[in-house]
Amino acid sequence: MFDSLTSKLEGALKSLSGQGRITEINVAETMGEVRRALLEADVNYQVARSFTNRVHDKALGEEVLRSVAPGQQLVKIVYDELVALLGGTNQEIKFRPPPPTVILVAGLQGSGKTTFCGKLALYLMGQGRAPLLVAADVYRPAAVQQLRMLGNEVGVATHSVTDEFGAIVQDAPRVARESVVAARKSARDVVIIDTAGRMHVDSAMMEEVIAIKRAVKPSEILFVVDSMTGQDAVRTAKAFNRRLDFSGVVLTKLDGDTRGGAALSIRSVVKKPIKYASTGEKLSQLSAFHPDRMARRILGMGDVVTLVEKVQKQVDARQAKAMRRKIRKNQFNFQDLLVQLQHLRSIGSLSDMMSLVPGQRKGTDNPEQEEASLRRMESIILSMTIEERRKPQIITASRRRRIARGSGVKVRDVNDVLKQLRMVRAMMKSALRMRRGGQQVGIQQLMQMVR
Amino acid sequence: MFRRKKKDRQERLEQGLERTRAGFFGRVKRLVRGKDTVDETTLDALEEVLITSDVGVRTTLDIISRIQARVRRDRYLDADELTSLIRDEIARLLHGQRHRDFDAPLKGHPHVILVVGVNGVGKTTTIGKMAYHYRQAGRSVVVGAADTFRAAAIEQLEVWTQRADATLIKQRRGSDPASVAFDTVQSAIARRADVVLIDTAGRLHTRSGLMDELGKIRRIIGRKLPDAPHEVLLVLDASIGQNAIRQAEEFSQSVNVTGLVITKLDGTAKGGVIIGISNELQIPVQYIGVGEGLDDLQVFDAQRYVAALSV
Repeated sequence: MFDSLTSKLEGALKSLSGQGRITEINVAETMGEVRRALLEADVNYQVARSFTNRVHDKALGEEVLRSVAPGQQLVKIVYDELVALLGGTNQEIKFRPPPPTVILVAGLQGSGKTTFCGKLALYLMGQGRAPLLVAADVYRPAAVQQLRMLGNEVGVATHSVTDEFGAIVQDAPRVARESVVAARKSARDVVIIDTAGRMHVDSAMMEEVIAIKRAVKPSEILFVVDSMTGQDAVRTAKAFNRRLDFSGVVLTKLDGDTRGGAALSIRSVVKKPIKYASTGEKLSQLSAFHPDRMARRILGMGDVVTLVEKVQKQVDARQAKAMRRKIRKNQFNFQDLLVQLQHLRSIGSLSDMMSLVPGQRKGTDNPEQEEASLRRMESIILSMTIEERRKPQIITASRRRRIARGSGVKVRDVNDVLKQLRMVRAMMKSALRMRRGGQQVGIQQLMQMVR
Repeated sequence: MFRRKKKDRQERLEQGLERTRAGFFGRVKRLVRGKDTVDETTLDALEEVLITSDVGVRTTLDIISRIQARVRRDRYLDADELTSLIRDEIARLLHGQRHRDFDAPLKGHPHVILVVGVNGVGKTTTIGKMAYHYRQAGRSVVVGAADTFRAAAIEQLEVWTQRADATLIKQRRGSDPASVAFDTVQSAIARRADVVLIDTAGRLHTRSGLMDELGKIRRIIGRKLPDAPHEVLLVLDASIGQNAIRQAEEFSQSVNVTGLVITKLDGTAKGGVIIGISNELQIPVQYIGVGEGLDDLQVFDAQRYVAALSV
C-alpha cells in the first residue's frame, strides 16, 4: 500500500522538471506528498506538519542541480533534514566511575523491555563489561523467570529477592537497592534493572519507577518503545520523560516492515537521543542506532538511497572540483580537513575503511589508537575559531595555548596538528599532480599523515 | 446476587472504554460544537482528530471526502447533523455484527481457537481472559501452550489457567509447537472439552519461516479435527500504528484470520485504530481488552461503540 514517494513526486513534478529553482508551487505540492508519507509511517501529526513547514522554508529558492528533477532534489533535502533530526551521530551508554554503572529500563507493557535487558547484557559483555541483571518487574506472571532464563542464555547472573517461602518479594525499590550492593560485592560493573510495564501510563507505575530511580540513582535511564507504535508514541514518551527524565530511547522490533515514524516523533518532541535499535529474537540482535537507515525507512523507499546518491554525486563532484582548486592554490585549511575527517567518520570505523584500501596495512594492528588520534585531531580543530580554521597562519602562541586548553591536550599536540596540515597540503598538491581528477583526494594521504 | 455482579462488571467495562470515548469521540464532539456550517477549517480539524487517533491516512481521506460531498449538497449543516454524519460514517466503516457471547452456541465440539500475533501484544493474557470467560459461561476449557519459544511463556500461561480454572496442555520449552497443538486437541477430544484455546509464540509477520510454522500448526490441528480451527484470532495492540494493516494481511495469508482482538485499548485514549482496521481489512473486531483484570475482555459492539458519539 505504500507507493513509492519518489515515483509519486516525479509524477507530480514532471511538468516542472528543467526549472532552475525550487519554487512555491512545486514545494507546496511536494510537501503534501511528503506529509502523507510521514503520516503513513506513523509520524505524529504535529511533528509531520512542523517538519514539512520547516523543509518548505528551507527548500524555497534553493538552486536545483542540473539533470535532477526539482522533486528529487526536494526528497534529498527532506532526507538530509530527517537524518539531522533523528540525531546525526549515535550515542551509547556512558560509564562513569565508580562502578557499578546502573541502567534503569522502563517502558510500556509488551514493548520488549525484558528481552532488551538480556540483549543489552550480552552486548555489554562483548565490550568487556560484567553485567548483573535485576528482576524488578515483580508483578507480571513469570517475568522474573523470563529474565532469569535470558540471563542463563547469555551467562549473566540474575538478581531477584524471594521471601522465606520462596515467593517473589513485591518491593521493586528494595530489589533494586539490594542488587547494587550485590553487584559491588561480586565485582559486577553494570547493573541492568528491568522494571514492570503497564498497559498505559498510570501513576502507580510511575511512582514505582520513580521510587526505584530514587533508590539506586541510575546513571542511565532507557525508555523502551515498540517501533510499531502509532500516534500515541508522543504522549507516552512525554509522560515518561516528564516523570522520569530518561536519558535515551531504545527502539524494539525494528526487524518488521514497520516504518517506525514513532522514532522521529519521540526524538523531536522529547529531544532525547535514540541509543539502540533492537531487531530479531536472537539475543545478539542489538545494535547502535543509525539515523540514516531510520530516515530511509520512514520515507519508505529503497529508491531514496539511489536518488540521494545521485544527488550526492553531483554535490561531491562540485565539492571535489572546488577542493582541487583550493589545493592547487595551497588554500586547503582546517575547515576542509575537518570536513574530510567527519566524512571519514560517516563512512564507518577507521579499521573497516583501512581494510578496503590496498597497501594500507601498515599500522592497522591498532585501530583503536588510530581512531583516538583522529578524534584528538578533530577535537583540536573544533577548539579553533572559524577564522583560525580558515587562516591557520593567524594561530599565534597564545591562540595555541587556548586551543590546547579547549581540547584538553598539550600545546605540543596543537603544534603537531599545525605541522600535519602543512604536510597534508604539500602531499595533496603532489598527489594532485600525479593523478588528475581523483575524487577522493585527501583521505588516504591524510591517514598516512596522521599516523 | 449474580445479577448484581454482572452489573458491576458492566460498569467497569464502561469505565475502561470511557478513556477511549472521551479521547476520540470527545474530540470530535468538541470540534463540531456550536458550528452551523462546515468549512475547510472544520474539515482540517476533523482530519487532525482522525489521523492522530490512528485511523490511518487512507480511511481518513475516505471519511473526509464523503463528508465533503455531503456538504456540497446541502451547504448548511449544523453541529447535530455533522455529528450524526460522522457517526454514520464510522458505523458504516465498522460494518460490525456483534460477535457472539461466551455462552452462545459454538460451531465445533471442541470449538478450537488459534490465537496469533506479533510479540508483546498480549496473546497469552488474552487467552487467560478468554479461558476465564468461557469457564464463567459454564464451559470446559483446554489451553495449549504452543508458545514454546519465549522464555517463561509456559509458566505465564500456567498462572493464567490456574486463575481461570482451565486445563493446560504443555511440553518442554523448545519443543515443536505443532506437536503441542496436536496434543492439546487430542486431549480436548478425550476429555470432551467444549473449548480449546491455543497460544502461539509471538512472531513478526515478516519472518516467513515463522509464518510457515503457523501454517503447519493450523494444518496439524485440521488433521486431528476437520473444520478446526474454527476461529483464528489475530491480537493487535491498540497503540499500534499503520503497521497493523500489514500484519493482518500477512497473518491472513498464512492462517486465514477470522477475527481481531484489540488489546490495551483503555491505554490509548483514542481507539481510532479500530476504524482504520475494519475499513481496510474487512476483518471484524471480535474482542477488545480494556483493563488488566481477568474479566476485562469485552465482546466488541460497534453500535454501542459509536453510540458514544450521540449528542
